[in-house]
Amino acid sequence: MVFDAAGDYPLGTRRPDLVRTPGGLTLDELTLESLRAGSLDASEMRATAETLRLQAEVARAAGRPELAANLGRAAELTAVPDEVILEIYTGLRPHRSTSDQLELLAERLEREFCATLTAVFVREAKEVYAKRNLFGHDERAAQI
Amino acid sequence: MSEQRRSRRFVEREQRELRRELLITPFPELGLVAMSGPNDPEPGLEVRDGRVVALDGRSEDEFDALDHFIARHGIDVGIAAEAMALDDAELARRLVDVDVPREELVRLARGLTPARLARVVALLDPVEMMFALKKLRARRAPANQAHVTNLKENPALLAADAAEAAARGFAEIETTVGVSRYAPLNAMAVLVGSQTGRPGVLTQCAIEERRSLQLAIQGLTTYAETLSVYGTEPVFVDGDDTPWSKAFLNSAYASRGIKVRFTSGGGSEALMGHAGGCSMLYLEARCLSLVRAAGSQGVQNGSISCVALVMSVPAGGREILAENLLAAWLDLEVASGNDAIASHSPIRRTAKLMGQFLPGTDFVTSGWSVMPRYDNMFGGGNYDADDIDEWLTIQRDWQVDGGIEPLTEAEATGVRERAARAIQSVFAAFEFPEITDAEVEAATYGLDSRDLPDRDRAADVVAADRVLAEGISGLDVARELDRRGFADVAEAILGMQRQRVSADYLQTSAIIDPSGAVSSAVNDPNRYTGPGTGYHLDGDRWQRLQQLPHELDARTLEDASASLPAQVVVEKHVAIIGNESDDVVIAVGPAFADGLQATIGGIAHRDVIEALMHGVRDAGAEPRLVRVRRASDVAFIAHDGALLAGSRVAVGVQSKGTTVIHRADLQPLDNLELFGMAPSLTLDSYRAIGRNAAGYALGHRVGPVPTVMDNFARAKLIVRTTLLHARETAAVAPDAPPVELELVASC
Repeated sequence: MVFDAAGDYPLGTRRPDLVRTPGGLTLDELTLESLRAGSLDASEMRATAETLRLQAEVARAAGRPELAANLGRAAELTAVPDEVILEIYTGLRPHRSTSDQLELLAERLEREFCATLTAVFVREAKEVYAKRNLFGHDERAAQI
Repeated sequence: MSEQRRSRRFVEREQRELRRELLITPFPELGLVAMSGPNDPEPGLEVRDGRVVALDGRSEDEFDALDHFIARHGIDVGIAAEAMALDDAELARRLVDVDVPREELVRLARGLTPARLARVVALLDPVEMMFALKKLRARRAPANQAHVTNLKENPALLAADAAEAAARGFAEIETTVGVSRYAPLNAMAVLVGSQTGRPGVLTQCAIEERRSLQLAIQGLTTYAETLSVYGTEPVFVDGDDTPWSKAFLNSAYASRGIKVRFTSGGGSEALMGHAGGCSMLYLEARCLSLVRAAGSQGVQNGSISCVALVMSVPAGGREILAENLLAAWLDLEVASGNDAIASHSPIRRTAKLMGQFLPGTDFVTSGWSVMPRYDNMFGGGNYDADDIDEWLTIQRDWQVDGGIEPLTEAEATGVRERAARAIQSVFAAFEFPEITDAEVEAATYGLDSRDLPDRDRAADVVAADRVLAEGISGLDVARELDRRGFADVAEAILGMQRQRVSADYLQTSAIIDPSGAVSSAVNDPNRYTGPGTGYHLDGDRWQRLQQLPHELDARTLEDASASLPAQVVVEKHVAIIGNESDDVVIAVGPAFADGLQATIGGIAHRDVIEALMHGVRDAGAEPRLVRVRRASDVAFIAHDGALLAGSRVAVGVQSKGTTVIHRADLQPLDNLELFGMAPSLTLDSYRAIGRNAAGYALGHRVGPVPTVMDNFARAKLIVRTTLLHARETAAVAPDAPPVELELVASC
């Protein structure tokens, strides 16, 4: 697959061949007919990690490395269940987690979801929270 | 001690709407200063081994969480040395230099610190800021966002309003809730309504983050802009977030295929008590540096909900525009406020709006209230349903695209009813509490939610809970719509689900057209480089925006030739010069009672003639009716008449009703009495004019005819005046002598 990050956007119209649902359906297959036939599921209606990485390349080619980094983390998070997402979000809020708890979140992101970029991000938060007194007390954090 | 005597003018002004709000002196210690606060740091940047070790007056060990985040993610150290070496004035000059392209400015901004960014934009005056904003907007074409809510959270009305908003061309629609458990139903109603009005409109429901994410995951919304950030660490933490938690949430939304923009804005830190003595603009520059560092594609800013606080201090309006400009300079999509009420004064609200409206932003408002203010649950809209004709007219005045399109009444009610029917069928499909035909009708034709019957709110909340518990998705909604005869709406909702798969709308400034094509800063970038480049409102779009439903066809307006009225006068012969001293000429214009039939005040020409003649006779003189054909100007009509009159006195009347009493020995443009306020002349006036003319002819003492002053007559009638006068002028026969007329007896 040859991908021109500067010229292949929008993917939906210029490179539909590169876009799949999580279950492998093409955009052409997401039709009213297949909805009527009962072959579409709501869980199919989202971007895959691969699609988000292509979008990250588009953003980078357009001179937006921060947006690209965000889409890179988003690609990793496609594998993370909703409940875990909300757990990590809460853990990153101020005075919620201890240093160890953030480290555990980072390890889990790496181990369970191969989310290395996001893990780096969480460890960075840990480092800054230590300097800025943004950790939670053990007992408070334990209740989350 | 006696009280100081009050000026009635000052007392009167104190009652104006403007005076309900406070203007205050700057109070920099509290952050109540627009720009240049006492604690705003000197810009500065130190990079060691590729790492930012000092930022705007603070070394790394003094960094707060925001500094740490910006230092790590928000400064491009490869560009910083070059960019920071340019002085403030040079950078400011480049912002308004038409030959320095957007890409170059965006590149330089990547190396600038927040204090530097704030100082540079503060050098620009409002017009320079507007020009720079026009140049720096990310997407080529501007757009707009709508707010849709109602106090009863009635789903039929939500759907109808969303449909109208979509049909009017809003690219995004935001709703919210009074009762948070209603959110799933509101999101569903706005989704169905929006896609009925125009496929491709993005929708969101502003609620708490977890719920917001859940609705998005179920495909009931497609974007979010609730990610608020603040310019100081204490306020950030009071908001229960850190830069890392917010940035993580941003990635989480993107991972579910949801478009996100952050929200920030001047005044919020002061309002929340921790501005740290810094100016609004500097703190906003920190927010925006952080927003870009977090990898957001865009931001909603320009003070937003604190707008009235920013507007209370000197240069508040300029500060707000500077915020929008900064965001655009940082290459962010900008939804530029103008949503919360900025002032009680309509003049002041609109003066403030021009800063964003004329240059155009990605979303000129971040919420234009499609419903009347009564139903606005975002704290009232700066612009509401009642203002739609004004907005459209201002677009037409300036030939500027503010992102709102005109609709005829029939188009609006048509799309409203269809959307209300669509959500009615969805509720029936899921066995939610019934939406009655009476609700559909009231949602279609009513003014606001007071026109709608009350619903069983407890039952609605149960239904809303079911949406979450059963995971009813956008796809489920599409399926049911398709089954119930709304295949097109189903297709549009399915189209929005497809967008989540291709994720093209996660790129900067993305909006979606009715065909499903995504237009963003990537494939439709703003490349303005001077006149004739960038976005132009022209062609079909300009035709669409200028043709308002209440616009009249100038060619048929005031064209009486369509109807053939009964003949009023007949021409007898070329007018002679009178001999009798009581001979008063009534001289009418070329089209009077011949082509044109009534004055601009709506008085029939026959009645005008009869009233003038009656007045002349009443005062003891004899009227003679003459048509002047060589001129349409009332002065010459009257003066030509006076030259013919035995008494040397004449009344001249134009077809539009403007009247002069003239005397032959006066210069044509002089007169005895002039009645320029034709619209306010009555038959009594014309009789009195006739009497005065006779009085002058007979050498009596004459007091002027009293007239009424209407200062709005010109604004109201100048168009009709012009058209009527054009017809009179068209009837001029340059060399034709005046003719005597005889009034045909009315039957």
